[in-house]
Amino acid sequence: MKNLVILGAGTAGTMMANHLNHKLSKNDWRITIVDQYKTHYYQPGFLFLPFDTYTEDQVKKDKKKFIPKGVNYIQKKIEKILPSDNKVELEGEVLNYDILIVATGAKIAPEEIDGMKGTNWHKNVFDFYTFEGAVALRNKLREFKGGKMVVHFTEMPIKCPVAPLEFVFLADSYFTKKGMRDKVDLTYVTPLGGAFTKPKATEALSYLLKEKNIKVVTDFAIESVDNDNNQILDYEGREVPYDILVTVPTNMGDDVIKRSGMGDDLNFIPTNHFTLQSEAHENVFVIGDASNVPASKAGSVAHFQAETLTDNILLYIDGKPLKEEFDGHANCFIETGHGKGLLIDFNYKQEPVEGKFPLPVVGPMSLLKETRLNHFGKMAFKWIYWNMLLKGIPIPLVSRNMSKLGKKLD
Amino acid sequence: MELNVAGKTINLTDDGYLADLSQWDKDVAFAIAKEEEVTLTDAHFKVIEWIQNQFKSGEALSVRGIKGSGVIDIKEFYALFPGGPLKKATRIAGIPKPKSCI
Repeated sequence: MKNLVILGAGTAGTMMANHLNHKLSKNDWRITIVDQYKTHYYQPGFLFLPFDTYTEDQVKKDKKKFIPKGVNYIQKKIEKILPSDNKVELEGEVLNYDILIVATGAKIAPEEIDGMKGTNWHKNVFDFYTFEGAVALRNKLREFKGGKMVVHFTEMPIKCPVAPLEFVFLADSYFTKKGMRDKVDLTYVTPLGGAFTKPKATEALSYLLKEKNIKVVTDFAIESVDNDNNQILDYEGREVPYDILVTVPTNMGDDVIKRSGMGDDLNFIPTNHFTLQSEAHENVFVIGDASNVPASKAGSVAHFQAETLTDNILLYIDGKPLKEEFDGHANCFIETGHGKGLLIDFNYKQEPVEGKFPLPVVGPMSLLKETRLNHFGKMAFKWIYWNMLLKGIPIPLVSRNMSKLGKKLD
Repeated sequence: MELNVAGKTINLTDDGYLADLSQWDKDVAFAIAKEEEVTLTDAHFKVIEWIQNQFKSGEALSVRGIKGSGVIDIKEFYALFPGGPLKKATRIAGIPKPKSCI
């Protein structure tokens, strides 16, 4: 009996457990998945929780519900991975593996910036990348009477890189609906050169910020959060004052990657961009936010990776060459507020462009364009996530590799 | 887009960055630096060389990277490329612009 061990029962790990449970022979392989936490959060829902669009119950379920019978599920902390010995140390237990899949994800690290996780953390300095942060922010917004709201992200890469922009768009919509938009000053602060950074998106979408009266501060490399004066400071000495700061802290891979000496500066594991095999160990594979591949850290990316990785695990078992197949494909709905949304579909090489999706001409979704249907797509996605995506059920018409059909390419 | 430097045609991306690092040389750096209103000195070239080596080994330029570089600290980095050092330094060094997904 051989052992395949999956570390992490989040989006990526759960999908791999479901895929491989169908594919691997039960006589030859035992599949084990390890995660110390009990709750599976629908992370895209953290964007809606602060605005009372989703309730707390809509974004969390028991992890166990999504792990197939026949997969051994261990709820314990992972102490250390020993890739040279093919072992994983858990609390009071050691697992041996023949193949390891690391799906330990990424998390916020507010302690990386001076003062961020200071006296005002979750009082007037909030994240919305954790359940606790999103709930604390929701409670603050319910009683907010107006003032300066600054929406900020610290450095790339972050999970769902469009989320801070979506947040500021939804804030505009939320305060308008409450009849208090004139009392709120909205500012978007980015370390990059603009709110949009790719040529086609800049051309197609720059109007959004003007239309919504959102100020933009660019090239802002944050040095510290000044909790006495309620302002953020950058290395050039610029100050941006706030009454509420909504920040996306530095995102880092899990501490276990650091403890195991397997990561880069940000604890992300060096991984082959196309096969998803780790660079250092041939029987270790990495999926989702835990890897350093230059794709977006997003559930759709993990979903497409899972299809390639499932094939590659089977090829590896058979001693055949791996498919160099994963192309960085991502597909994301982006909320723009007031009941509208965008859709983008792109990969390592192709920037998001206008067009129709998934079918040419008929769509029905429009790419890089604000429509009501795209907003409905985003809202429908929660059902798809819980009922199809996690279980590894293919999504009709959406393929693992990006399709050029329907896209307006030069 | 294209840029003409000392009789050579250099290919640029839509956002004005070098399409191919192998076309980079000091003349190209001076031409782009002029557009960015940066006067290049030896100190700049030391940083540029470090940025290019990082890029070749698969590391994107970041403020965090500068912090750990041992070549320069962040204040000096800002002083060399004032008003947006990440986007200016990458453009002058001939590597891709730091981007998000849109």
